[in-house]
Amino acid sequence: MPFEQMPVRRESRSHQSQATEHLRFIREVMERSESFTAVPGWGMVAVGVSALPTAFIAARFTSDGLGDTFLGIWLADALVAIAIGVFTLRRKMRRSGVSLRTGPGRKYILSLAPPIIAGLLLTAALWRSGSTDTLPVLWLLLYGAGTITGGASSVRTIPILGVSFMALGVVALLLPQAWIHIVLAAGFGGLHIGFGLFIARNYGG
Amino acid sequence: MAGKTKTRPMRALQVQPDPLIHARIRLGIVSALLAGETLSFGDLKRLVDTTDGNLSVHARKLEDAGYIECLKSFHNRTPRTEYRLTRTGRRALVDYLKQLEEILQLARGEDL
Repeated sequence: MPFEQMPVRRESRSHQSQATEHLRFIREVMERSESFTAVPGWGMVAVGVSALPTAFIAARFTSDGLGDTFLGIWLADALVAIAIGVFTLRRKMRRSGVSLRTGPGRKYILSLAPPIIAGLLLTAALWRSGSTDTLPVLWLLLYGAGTITGGASSVRTIPILGVSFMALGVVALLLPQAWIHIVLAAGFGGLHIGFGLFIARNYGG
Repeated sequence: MAGKTKTRPMRALQVQPDPLIHARIRLGIVSALLAGETLSFGDLKRLVDTTDGNLSVHARKLEDAGYIECLKSFHNRTPRTEYRLTRTGRRALVDYLKQLEEILQLARGEDL
């Protein structure tokens, strides 16, 4: 019902609640829509580009299988990736005039963070027990799970990226260990670059 | 109304909301486009939570009014429809928000 020319006293309550409801609706739609632009495509490309030399270095210079050197190289890359991710996410949100502490950015980070933290803790636990052979599979699966949950309220591309990571994790489970560097390069490098370019082109950078 | 009441005289809300934006789906479309810059038909449908037919009809009304622009293209031979808020649409939504604010202020004034 339109807010038109009606006596305020009699109708003000209903107008007030209707106006409040409309404002809430606008805010919700805008927040959902912002999530479309929250994931930084170019940041993802940069993360992918940084993963390619990491995979090459890990394959070339690790003589102890998937031991300490391998772990150190990939953890260093993870730190670089987190820094790139946070920086580009903040930049994209700021450009849209949205704070990272509220709305979709916050939702994305809060959904992505638990699987990532679980991955870090399990990495430490497996490293301590000397069972590092399964680490790449764990990383791919948990990162995929985090991307699916983080992108649940985002464009469909993000959950698809997550599913792709999980599928690659399953592939890594089935392939001989000699292939692991290629699988990691394909996942953290190739998938990030491919999906990042798509997001950058279609969802505002 | 006889004089025993202590209430203030009734006022009229001089607020005429833009009927094009006031409808929920159309309000959702312009709000989503204000935040999301350019959105595909599918993403917009998901955001506003409506059917293909509904979205088409309401988007067409907004397009006819010059509030949104429809951009059609082909991507790998697949047709793609995207929408963008125009300057007129942006101004209309800002005006609508001001109207909502005015209503809330008036209602608050009545409570005092």
